[in-house]
Amino acid sequence: MSTYALTDSWTMTRRELAHWARQPGQLVVGLVFPVMLLLMFAYLVGGGREVNGDYLDYLIPGMLALTMAFGLEGTMLAVTRDLDKGVIDRFRSMPMADGAVLVGRSAADMLQSALGLAVLIGVGYALGWRAQGGAGAFLGAVGLLLLFRFAMLWIGILLALVAGKPEMVQAVQILIWPVGFLSNAFATPESMPGWLGTVVEWNPMSRTATAVRDLFGPAGQTDGLWPAVVWPLVLLAVFFPLAVRRFGRMSR
Amino acid sequence: MADAAITVEDVRKRYGDKHALDGLDLTVARGTVQGVLGPNGAGKTTLVRILSTLLRPDSGRVEVAGHDVVRRAREVRLRIGLLGQHAALDEELGGRQNLELFGRLHHLGARRARVRADELLERFELGDTGRKPVRSYSGGMRRRLDLAASLITDPEVLFLDEPTTGLDPRGRAEVWSAVRSLVGGGTTVVLTTQYLEEADQLADRISVVDHGRIIAEGTADELKALTGGDRIDVVLRDEGLLGAALALLPMAKDEVSVDPDRRLLSAPVTDRMAALSAVVRALEEAGIQAEDVALRRPTLDEVFLHLTGPDDRTKEAL
Repeated sequence: MSTYALTDSWTMTRRELAHWARQPGQLVVGLVFPVMLLLMFAYLVGGGREVNGDYLDYLIPGMLALTMAFGLEGTMLAVTRDLDKGVIDRFRSMPMADGAVLVGRSAADMLQSALGLAVLIGVGYALGWRAQGGAGAFLGAVGLLLLFRFAMLWIGILLALVAGKPEMVQAVQILIWPVGFLSNAFATPESMPGWLGTVVEWNPMSRTATAVRDLFGPAGQTDGLWPAVVWPLVLLAVFFPLAVRRFGRMSR
Repeated sequence: MADAAITVEDVRKRYGDKHALDGLDLTVARGTVQGVLGPNGAGKTTLVRILSTLLRPDSGRVEVAGHDVVRRAREVRLRIGLLGQHAALDEELGGRQNLELFGRLHHLGARRARVRADELLERFELGDTGRKPVRSYSGGMRRRLDLAASLITDPEVLFLDEPTTGLDPRGRAEVWSAVRSLVGGGTTVVLTTQYLEEADQLADRISVVDHGRIIAEGTADELKALTGGDRIDVVLRDEGLLGAALALLPMAKDEVSVDPDRRLLSAPVTDRMAALSAVVRALEEAGIQAEDVALRRPTLDEVFLHLTGPDDRTKEAL
């Protein structure tokens, strides 16, 4: 990292912010889509779900985790677009700091995800849902969600570098949807056939959703916390170095 | 060469079984325009990507602006500009935003980046594009902006990889005049192209690349001289008389090329005026009407075919 690491990363982040300013529609659609999913599951599909207590208490943490998982698509699409347009070649031929392209990407995507969380939580409050665990637990829940998003982000970058073309993102979408829905976002694993319940329980997204439910719930429940910390860290330990290595290997 | 802007020695680059570069050598003098001419797949783009630090060679030595492209890539990047085959721009942003972005990443600082963006927009006649996203630019405008982006820091060495491929004649003329305006400013330019006319128009020296190595090098005139000097072209009214005319021509029959589609006979000549009058007289006496009889220098196409031989791949590319 050179002395320009910070300024270059910030310049790259600002580039993404400029995209938002240019095309606020895309940003808004990205923010509204999870809200629509939430409303759909709260009042149409999942209205009669048998869970303990209010379904919103169950659903909202699940939706938050799902939104973080689906963020992978956005990351992947943005990176493949840059690759396809050759603009990454221009960045790589300039004397900018090595990591700035990827750091700028992650910073912008994390910002967008934080915004997404804020909107969803705001809609939850409008629907009457309340976080009951206190400020510390609230921040802890948001932290876990963003940690999970950060892991998804690096998976997205790696997939984009491997796939190369924006058209490939569609193929990944077909894969990510089952992963998102084969989770406990909408229904408890106990309500599913045995093998499916096992798959769902092992899904890292389920672990995050469970931990977030605990933290948003009435205080006390913290036994589900560690998997939601460990899983994303394991994913990061695998995919972060792979993505960075793959980016460096573009010169091979 | 002491004042070489680029030195390439025995560079090799392999993709699987394919040798993209197979022991290529090249020296480019400071302040000159070097044409790199070759068909698709000859290794031109691989060469430019290595010179601009985007790709590492498997072996060999490459120095650009006095620095090794592998070990001192950063030093090289401070001194080069790159215009790749495809516009390397942020399509969502406007022209000014693009140039300011690249200026900042060149560490000009916010104010100088803005001033530089203004200068370049003015110079490439893009001053009135405002906030219009690059997405909506015409091909020629996009290429000019791309060129402006590669000139942010007044690079010592500028790489142009097939700068006019895919442009209409107007866009091509725009890019040519932009490149010409750079020369004389002391910038060393490496220009790859499939268009022989382009190399002829813009380059001081031309290297012909095929199968990952340089197969000929020189000025356009020197390369043309390789095929053996001037030629005479005869275009007939009647395609059916090509055979009769061929028999009449006062030249060795195996040196004459026949193109029935264009009703054209073409032959190398040594004494220009003698050949011209002999051909005209022979045709007149036989009563064969000619639409056109002309003396000309060989085209680079002919040079290229002459150098590479009747290879199917090169024929296709030409």
